[in-house]
Amino acid sequence: MARMLPEPTPETRHFWEGCRDGELRLQRCTECKHSYFPPRAFCPKCASREVEIYKASGKGILYSYVINHRPRPDMGTEPYAIAVVQLDEGPRMMTNIVGCPQTPEALVLDMPMQVHFAKQTDDISLPLFEPAKG
Amino acid sequence: MKPKSVAVVGAAETTRLGKIPDVSVIGLHADAALNAMKDAGLKPSDIDGVATAGVSPVELAHYLGITPTYADGTSVGGCSFMLHVRHAAAAINEGLCKTVLITHGESGRSRVGAGGFGRAPSSLMGQFEMPYGVTSPPTMFTIPVLRYMKTYGVTEADLANVAVIQREWAAKNPRASFKDPITVDDVLNSPMIAWPFRMLMCCLVTDGGGALILTSAERAKDFPQKPVYILGTGESVETPMVSQMEDFTSSKAFRVSGKKAFDESGIKHADVDHLMIYDAFAHLPLYGLEDLGFVKPGEAKDFINERNTAIGGKLPLNTNGGGLSYMHSGMYGMYALQESVRQMRGTAAAQIEGAKISVSHGVGGMFAASGTVIFTNEG
Ligand SMILES: [Zn+2]
Repeated sequence: MARMLPEPTPETRHFWEGCRDGELRLQRCTECKHSYFPPRAFCPKCASREVEIYKASGKGILYSYVINHRPRPDMGTEPYAIAVVQLDEGPRMMTNIVGCPQTPEALVLDMPMQVHFAKQTDDISLPLFEPAKG
Repeated sequence: MKPKSVAVVGAAETTRLGKIPDVSVIGLHADAALNAMKDAGLKPSDIDGVATAGVSPVELAHYLGITPTYADGTSVGGCSFMLHVRHAAAAINEGLCKTVLITHGESGRSRVGAGGFGRAPSSLMGQFEMPYGVTSPPTMFTIPVLRYMKTYGVTEADLANVAVIQREWAAKNPRASFKDPITVDDVLNSPMIAWPFRMLMCCLVTDGGGALILTSAERAKDFPQKPVYILGTGESVETPMVSQMEDFTSSKAFRVSGKKAFDESGIKHADVDHLMIYDAFAHLPLYGLEDLGFVKPGEAKDFINERNTAIGGKLPLNTNGGGLSYMHSGMYGMYALQESVRQMRGTAAAQIEGAKISVSHGVGGMFAASGTVIFTNEG
């Protein structure tokens, strides 16, 4: 079964194009400097439409998660972590963790993470995270 | 709203709760509505306001034969009914209508005439949460809890104890789905759902419904039941995406809704005799106690472990057994309201002697929305 994938909208297309091209793209308000996620064409803090897209570091920490023991049919048969990463730039995003056992012992809160783009189709690569190296 | 200006004059749940494969969703709404109308001594032609979630107020009004001058279809998940109470009180005070019927019905278990669970892949949840394998509420509502546990030193046993104490209350309630005593070990040995959540930390899945009828306090004295007055109400919403909550250790929607209700009512926390906190999962009473201001952040686990919310404790909590042991059709808020009304009428299975003020606090979605209603039986 193919994995459930996002359908980009005009407001989010830049984000998914970034993932396809190997860049984690965030948005930032040029008035109040607030970085935010998910994408939208204005600043949710001050309502300014003066916002810019920029390439984020792709680094963050493991903020919280659960380990789903009842896998969704499109997610295989083994338990997997549904995680939230806090990016160095501030915003948090939901993701999966790769390159690491899906156990409470291996998944330690606040551990440094880095983005890993997992290609799904020619259009969609999902931003997953793995424990940071070095 | 002005405290005590509006009262509940009809309240009832569906005739049966649990497994009801022979009744559809709209049929459950109707069964609860008919029971509440009987309780209030009213006919459909006496009702001029309707509110509901799950089905549309149009469907409800048509099905019951009501021609309303006020219709509210606010649908923000399980606490929708707390918001309906708040809106109905405002509508009655503003003269939009005189008598409002609020209904809930859900075929959570049997799925008779029920819709599916899903999000469009182009929605925010569809793009930024669903691709990571969230399934049902046990994989979303639970997302913040590890951060909460790390921040305040809460253990899996602390979470389990919430379920244990709820079960003690359920044992006193003949209508509760599960009444057999459980221990912390039983909870920690129950099947893993989404670590750290075990099956006994998750709500039941049942069929059922409930309905309330509200009118002005002035008219309420002419009804057969003892009126239950509304002292204060609050509501708020935060985000449809649990991953975007501002603070994983506290719900902003809870804090805003709770403060509004307490401010409006003019009461202090020490005045509260009875409390309902929507417990779809074992962590919610912890968040609720803290975000409503009954205890300080991080203190809820000790407050519960010291049995303050248990039978004989100073703040009886979820006295029907809660969503964990009583019943949970999907949008549990109506059942919390029903138990508050029963406590204020003096007719609850686990009645709190002399209780005068009850707080009913609900959540919608996965920490997405919140509604709070404060009741009193003193006019
Ligand atoms: Zn801004």
